[in-house]
Amino acid sequence: MERSLTMVALFAALIAVLGLFPSFMLFTGVPISAQSLGVMLCGAVLGARRGALAVLLFLALVALGLPLLAGGRGGLGAFVGPTAGFLYGFPVAAFVTGWIAEHWRGVDLSVSAGAGALIGGVLVLYAFGAVGMMLVVDLSPPEAVAALGAFIPGDMIKAVVAGLVTGAIYRARPGFVMTR
Amino acid sequence: MLAMTLEHRSWLHRVPAGAKMAAMTVAMVVLLPVSDPAIIAAAVAVTGALYATLGRIALARGARLLRPLLLVLALIMAWHLVTRSPAEGAVICLRILALVALANLVTLTTRLDDMTAVLEWVLHPLRRIGVNTAAISLALALVIRCIPVLSQKGAALLDAWRARSPRRTGYQIAVPLALLALDDAEHLADALRARGGVARPD
Repeated sequence: MERSLTMVALFAALIAVLGLFPSFMLFTGVPISAQSLGVMLCGAVLGARRGALAVLLFLALVALGLPLLAGGRGGLGAFVGPTAGFLYGFPVAAFVTGWIAEHWRGVDLSVSAGAGALIGGVLVLYAFGAVGMMLVVDLSPPEAVAALGAFIPGDMIKAVVAGLVTGAIYRARPGFVMTR
Repeated sequence: MLAMTLEHRSWLHRVPAGAKMAAMTVAMVVLLPVSDPAIIAAAVAVTGALYATLGRIALARGARLLRPLLLVLALIMAWHLVTRSPAEGAVICLRILALVALANLVTLTTRLDDMTAVLEWVLHPLRRIGVNTAAISLALALVIRCIPVLSQKGAALLDAWRARSPRRTGYQIAVPLALLALDDAEHLADALRARGGVARPD
């Protein structure tokens, strides 16, 4: 119980810290926020349930008024804007990432976690983001997909990175990775 | 770590947090389906007036919080100019502006403690179905304490990278950062257990 609680708390803090470093992930020269990498790692390392709880904890603190989103954004306003769909999708993304990493055995964890991050952290997350855009901005589904399409390649790279990072964490601390 | 709350005290600071949240929720439910330009314009005007009653600092902070949104709104407006009518685009943009500004207003005028109290009140009924709400409160406090600590360790990792390599920091730095988080979690769990653990209060 205590260990689950502190793992969930520290990974919520990890999402925040990954979002606070703007130049953290200068990958091939393109500045991309590492915040959603944190969301993917929550699922891939802590598993579906605890990963989703860590993300919910992070979002609760954002809603309570801490500027923890990438770029120093936060507060209740973040939950009603055009990109709010992504925030609501974060816990689901972590859950799906974790579920796939937990259930796809027999391959290297880097592979199953990376696949989980691709499906949970990109496919599912963008579905939520697109629905949010459709509701708030009144776009049709193809328009929403077109508006978000430019960001998908960067997030696919992040999903692969999430898989590699999870594999490296597993090699360093096998007992701590809760998806294996 | 700084919360977003305005430091000076205003009349809106004294309104109970729960009442502000309820008013904000009602405003959202009412405004979201509305597409009458007159009502939307009135909502924007009322929101602006509310900020104005709080003084110049509140206006400036409110405007700064909206700045990242303005670029998105400009894109939405441009899209509507091309594909649909400008009036429709204006209604959508102003509605988003009013909703986000109202939500920000609650955040700007409510202290973190008061917001946490509202969250605890909302979570309270979950006790009946066996949720350990005391553990949630503890977890919230732990995260608030751990973010500056982990952030400092992250900055040290970045410094170490820069000292060793002329190349830009790559994704690999997420590995030691996550390991530090895992190790901290293990130590904290030991410390909590040594102090009696997180038993249910009842």
